[in-house]
Amino acid sequence: MVLAGALGGAFMAATASFAAAQTIKIGEINSYSGLPAFTEPYRKGWQLAVEEINAAGGVLGKKFEVVSKDDGGKPADAVTAANELVSSDQVVMLTGTFFSHIGLAVSDFAKQKKVLFLAAEPLTDAVTLAKGHKYVLRLRPQNYAQAAMLAEEAAKLPAKKWATIAPNYEYGQSAVAVFKDLLSKKRPDIQWVAEQWPTQGKIEAGAVVQAIAAAEPEAILNVTFGPDLVKLVREGNTRGLFEKRAVVSFLTGEPEYIDPLKDETPAGWIVTGYPWYDVKMPEHAAFLKAYQAKYNDYPRLGSLVGYMTMKSAAAIIAKAGSTDTDKMVAAAKGLEVPSPFGKIVFRASDGQSTLGAFVGKTAVKDGKGVMVDSVYRDGAAYMPSEDMVKALRPAD
Amino acid sequence: MAFLIVQALTGLASAASLFLIASGLSIIFGVTRIVNFAHGAFTMIGAYLAYSLTERLGGAFGFWFGLFAAAVAVAAIGAATEILLLRRIYKAPELFQLLATFGVTLMVQDLVILGWGPEDLLGRRAPGFTGAVTILGQRVPAYDLFLVAAGPVVLGGLWLLFNRTRWGILVRAATQDRDMVAALGVDQKWLFTSVFALGVFLAGLGGALQIPREAVSHSMDLRVIVEVFVVVVIGGLGSVPGAFLAAVIVSEINAFGILIFPKISIVVVFLVMAVVLVVRPFGLFGRPEAARRTTPGATIRPWQPLGSTSRIAVALLVCALAAAPAFAGPYLLSVGAEILLFVVFAASLQFLMSVGGLASFGHAAYFGLGSYGSALAVKWLGAPMEAAILAGPVLAGLGGILFGWFCVRLSGVYFAMLTLAFAQIAWSIAFQWVAVTGGDNGILGVWPSAWASKPAAFYWLSLAVATVSVAALRIIAFSPFGYRLRAVRDSTLRAEAIGIDRLSTQWIAFAVAGAVAGLAGALYAFLKGNVFPDALAIPTSVDGLVMVLLGGLETVSGAAIGAVAFKALSIWLMSQTDYSKLVLGAIIVVLVVFLPKGLGGLADLVRPAGARRDGTSGSSTTEAAR
Repeated sequence: MVLAGALGGAFMAATASFAAAQTIKIGEINSYSGLPAFTEPYRKGWQLAVEEINAAGGVLGKKFEVVSKDDGGKPADAVTAANELVSSDQVVMLTGTFFSHIGLAVSDFAKQKKVLFLAAEPLTDAVTLAKGHKYVLRLRPQNYAQAAMLAEEAAKLPAKKWATIAPNYEYGQSAVAVFKDLLSKKRPDIQWVAEQWPTQGKIEAGAVVQAIAAAEPEAILNVTFGPDLVKLVREGNTRGLFEKRAVVSFLTGEPEYIDPLKDETPAGWIVTGYPWYDVKMPEHAAFLKAYQAKYNDYPRLGSLVGYMTMKSAAAIIAKAGSTDTDKMVAAAKGLEVPSPFGKIVFRASDGQSTLGAFVGKTAVKDGKGVMVDSVYRDGAAYMPSEDMVKALRPAD
Repeated sequence: MAFLIVQALTGLASAASLFLIASGLSIIFGVTRIVNFAHGAFTMIGAYLAYSLTERLGGAFGFWFGLFAAAVAVAAIGAATEILLLRRIYKAPELFQLLATFGVTLMVQDLVILGWGPEDLLGRRAPGFTGAVTILGQRVPAYDLFLVAAGPVVLGGLWLLFNRTRWGILVRAATQDRDMVAALGVDQKWLFTSVFALGVFLAGLGGALQIPREAVSHSMDLRVIVEVFVVVVIGGLGSVPGAFLAAVIVSEINAFGILIFPKISIVVVFLVMAVVLVVRPFGLFGRPEAARRTTPGATIRPWQPLGSTSRIAVALLVCALAAAPAFAGPYLLSVGAEILLFVVFAASLQFLMSVGGLASFGHAAYFGLGSYGSALAVKWLGAPMEAAILAGPVLAGLGGILFGWFCVRLSGVYFAMLTLAFAQIAWSIAFQWVAVTGGDNGILGVWPSAWASKPAAFYWLSLAVATVSVAALRIIAFSPFGYRLRAVRDSTLRAEAIGIDRLSTQWIAFAVAGAVAGLAGALYAFLKGNVFPDALAIPTSVDGLVMVLLGGLETVSGAAIGAVAFKALSIWLMSQTDYSKLVLGAIIVVLVVFLPKGLGGLADLVRPAGARRDGTSGSSTTEAAR
């Protein structure tokens, strides 16, 4: 009976798609139910972009439409959703995903089915390098680029004894590995004195803080985020771990992660992030105004990523002049797209966009955590080199 | 030295909340025999309510009153759940209450997001305990010291309650032998409600006390529930001091384990649980479960193989399903194939649970081993699909033989938790052994051979595998081996008296169920084109349990119906709404209340009254004719 219901639903979807021949459909997948803190602003972002695209006359003279699916945080369900979008909803392109492993699963599906996939958020380098192929593109600055931005700042610090705290999964492991590698190359005098690998979402913060403090490092690299970061900061503040120590921290300046810390935000951490209140670019002012007008809320980094995902998707189709996959793949090579951070380019060799990130320091202002002294780092300067791409990426 | 002492104090502070929540779960199980899956959800509600109350009230009094009031409110919610939902299904088969509380958990996960928004909430620090105290030159948060003291205080309070009040004596009596307590004229209804409320109060308090230490988030419940189950089982079900000791052991191992093996915290508690259960089958302070007095339904009307009419009906159904590619599109066929593979998975679990009487909480291990078996064969040996699919059940069967040898030595919930421990160990191997399994980035590119790559072909393959697997499991259930297995399930003593060896019989059943689950997993890898550690993770095990319970535990093949209903519904809801968990949870709760025998029990309602033989008035006789 339930099967019959699903069947009926699919038929209805099929009829609807005939009625909507004058639209171009994008299939979007993300962890809406699993990670609402990040994906709600993300959805608002792409909805704004879709509105703007259609207000400007759509794409190729047709209405631009997004069909959005939840993956529940599971790669297998993401593949089911991708399958539905491609087979039933007849979308011309797939976009989205947050978790690295889900991004990889959808990417592999896209490779198998020869559909273009624009990965929005997954950070693992594998998406464009080791597991890269011609049907996958990525918007956000990858792990490697973020590590390179932070390593550059870290090299300027006098600290010689470093400790690391990172969640025990691929993202944390590769972030630490790349950061260590890049920093050690710049500063051969550095020693790595301790490492902690808490289980993602289950940090024993007090014990971790104690263990790190016992090694007496001069500086600490942190890769934890979300609830783990909150616990780590509370315990670290109370136990004085961050006093007289430099801390370099991935992603902490993103509103999604710094806002919950409120007045307990530790000052002076070197972080990557998105200080929406302090971005000077004129393109950003327009985005900020439109976003605040529509939602009466400030944008998170997810909002910007969602916005740019759909803007990029529309730009690819417009340049290709067609929704044929091979034409879109060709059009995406070296495609330039205007963004709130200025022009970004999808690199021809690996499909990685040059979207960058802000690097700055944390501070507390009016009882809220903020980023100060932030500077935009263009992703182009920090991406893996063309030689690395050649060495790591399988030939198409 | 100072460092080690401070590390130990930190461990004790973490133990406090764990103990509160675990003792609540333990008390509830001891008296009502409910495996309260919603315990983590109640903890989470406690934290959210405490956050709101302390923000609203402000001040030192407001803070402490807020924590307490939150716990009381959660207890009230718990009591209402017990009265409205659980009270209706105490007579349902064992574990069926697990399904009801699982439905509640799903609903709560979406409700807290609707109520409090998606962002993590950082609560206030506890007034009077905001700073740190310097001990031996090391700073320790004052609130940690408060928690270190709070644990034993609650333990003492519970001891007084159970040993110095009439109510406590009744609770202890019911924990030992609830039938006897009922026979002596104690009103079980209110005893159960009050015990449930107390247990949930402790859960809520445990959650509320965490707000000065961690952010309140909508994923708290799952973080908590598994760890708490582990603590309860290590300590011994129904034992409050056991829960205390186990909470301390687990927390201290976490605190010190990371000093020696920083990456081990992902699996350490499960290793400890496995070791404890192998050495002490009933946990540290637990007692063997009292023998069941209720006569198993099967002895009133044993299962019978399908009659000729039913066989024809099943054959027609299979033919009808085989015709699906004539009108269904590629997406629907992929979904159909996925559902059919879960039919195989659920059927294998049902074989273990219904025929063998062995409720596994870690059946995903064998599904996942099957997936990894075939994916590794493709990746490392370059095996074609046909050969790789065989590698799946072989690896899963071997896993079943290895883990089963340990597991069948236990029974009941202890058996279930040891299967869970092994599943988690298998999961962490898949997760951490990056060089071989690719870690959490999984194994990609596991696509079927050309002949099976069309959705219709893969659908037919899945249908064939599902038909053969379900039929084979039925044949085993009605074979002499199946009779032996059921004899062991219904009366171990009598079965052993007539010369049936319990251990070897159950061990074989375990391995068979594992291999069949592995077959489902192997095909699933090719359906999805990839394998991730998720395949072995707890949610997959829980899905399997839900399918079996939904289909009807006392049926032979009800799991097939349960799998179709649950999987089709969840795929459809996922595609239609972001609040799929809320809707799915609500549907499960409603089904539980109105169909306490599962969907398989529908057959009884449909069948004309005359055809229902006398036996149906008993508590568990739906075994008939299924």
